[in-house]
Amino acid sequence: MLADKDRIFTNIYGWHDAGLAGAKKRGDWDNTAAILARGHDDVVEEVKASGLRGRGGAGFPTGLKWSFMPKEVGNRPHYLVVNADESEPGTCKDRDIIRHEPHKLLEGCLVAGFAMRAHVAYIYIRGEFVNEARRLQSAIEEAYDAGLLGPDAAGSGWKFDIYLHRGAGAYICGEETALLESLEGKKGQPRLKPPFPAGVGLYGCPTTVNNVESIAVAPTILRRGGAWFAGLGKDNNTGTKLFCISGHVNKPCNVEEEMGIPLKELIEKHAGGVRGGWDNLLAIIPGGSSTPLMPKDVCETMTMDFDSLRAAGTGLGTAGIIVMDKSTDIVRAISRLSYFYKHESCGQCTPCREGTGWMWRMMDRLVRGEAEPHEIDTLEQVTRQVEGHTICALGDAAAWPIQGLIKHFRPEIERRIKAYQAMIQAAE
Amino acid sequence: MSIQSIIAHEQPDNFAFTAENEEKIATILAKYPEGRQASAVMPLLDLAQRQHQNWIPMKAIEHIANRLDMAEIRVLEVASFYTMYNLKPVGKWFLQACTTTPCMLRGADDMVRCIKDKLDISSGQTSECGHFTMLEVECLGACVNAPILQVNDDFYEDLDYQSTAELIEALAADTPPPIGSVIGRQGSEAESGATTLAKEKKTAKAGK
Repeated sequence: MLADKDRIFTNIYGWHDAGLAGAKKRGDWDNTAAILARGHDDVVEEVKASGLRGRGGAGFPTGLKWSFMPKEVGNRPHYLVVNADESEPGTCKDRDIIRHEPHKLLEGCLVAGFAMRAHVAYIYIRGEFVNEARRLQSAIEEAYDAGLLGPDAAGSGWKFDIYLHRGAGAYICGEETALLESLEGKKGQPRLKPPFPAGVGLYGCPTTVNNVESIAVAPTILRRGGAWFAGLGKDNNTGTKLFCISGHVNKPCNVEEEMGIPLKELIEKHAGGVRGGWDNLLAIIPGGSSTPLMPKDVCETMTMDFDSLRAAGTGLGTAGIIVMDKSTDIVRAISRLSYFYKHESCGQCTPCREGTGWMWRMMDRLVRGEAEPHEIDTLEQVTRQVEGHTICALGDAAAWPIQGLIKHFRPEIERRIKAYQAMIQAAE
Repeated sequence: MSIQSIIAHEQPDNFAFTAENEEKIATILAKYPEGRQASAVMPLLDLAQRQHQNWIPMKAIEHIANRLDMAEIRVLEVASFYTMYNLKPVGKWFLQACTTTPCMLRGADDMVRCIKDKLDISSGQTSECGHFTMLEVECLGACVNAPILQVNDDFYEDLDYQSTAELIEALAADTPPPIGSVIGRQGSEAESGATTLAKEKKTAKAGK
């Protein structure tokens, strides 16, 4: 288990003052100017050395992403955009950072913004987080009043502004280019890449979009050193991570743990175990709704890191762990996710717009077994025709949970179809 | 879907922001670079909705379009794309019940059934008294505190049938209870207390 001294988010549960005075006691904003004095490239190198991989789901190396920004600022300003549009079912970690550790995020914006030669950061927060946005706005104002933001941010000589922008209920805006469209005052419909945001992003300017958690851990990494962070977790899957454990556990919670922790240990130590005991486990969705589920036997020895989960045909995603015990109607649980993706499709690409609706209607019938056995294969084929054929990954995200269900629970679907047909025959 | 089906039939004849909101608008516009005032469309729609009993009339769309030098259809497009903008009136208590899988696994069905039993409304409907509107919504992002009911701006967490009933009664009496977990746990820590950060917890208790 991760030692408390290595935990970054010491106020994750909100026991202490989230404001500036409390944050300073926890070490935030401690001589930030000294970090910036090391220079843009040195900050990037340190984050690269830490091995930090993006905490929003894709797991792309954060330092490397920052290094894609132009080294010289031309006539187009650079922007940092923070993705706080947390909406992936099963995920609720950024909410805790925002409401209980807002200054870690703000200091991270300054450090990251400086590293990529940006003078402005926009934080795009999901619209439903009204109280969280108020808390963050008040932290921003505190930081300006204390001179930590503004023309000479934290006495570093670097001008830096942070603006908060609220969304209004669209999951798709968590996709980085849809987020940029939304920030520009348009419908949140993803852009084709290339060009990538580091070349042409917000207002046509070089932009980097990072997840809240990736940005909020940066100041601690800079203070304690990339080697400290890299020493935690596993090779290529370093550091600490906020895990969200929801569903059928005795004590659902968020917890910061070491990357690569065994899934079983994580659940039993922190979430009070699976409801009814480990043997009552049916399946787990390991990284937010889009990652394919794992049946119990796979969960048994699984460790929670990008590479192990990927090797098992699923993913760490956002580390939103959804636990399902044997009482779960597994087909309905996945069908509800299909409805989610149908609802959230932006409608831009045909395979996704039509496919998500088609897949949900099919899944809805399978919940009742109202289908022919060969339709399972048809559904599987349709998921393959949606996957990889859309501008953004929402189509993939809608396809994967169904693929996981068919892969691991095909007999259950077949059982329902048989039961339904038997019922019809009996009625006749 | 035609526009007529998503906007209110009865519309006010005019709309103007209050003086207080005008001040807020000045602050909002200053966030975005010159010539990029369209970025303010979302905050302005939100302001209009808050000013106008939690729904946006077409006159406000027109007003915001003129204000930001946008075509009216672009503003309407944004207002209809994002689910949080109400283009029709809603009750004083707008109940948004999360029914996505993590909430479903923790009893969202019971929460929705309770609302139906108590108020006789299903998703998208307003109660006969006009005070309550219910909408089933997608993941609210508080999954370890599931199930969640959002009431206007606030989250009520860890609900079951009984606590949902008590919440509705309190709202009907205009005495909304404290927001957050209804079983009294703080934030996202485990119900029986966190398993980590023992020292921090101790000092927090000492401080209180």
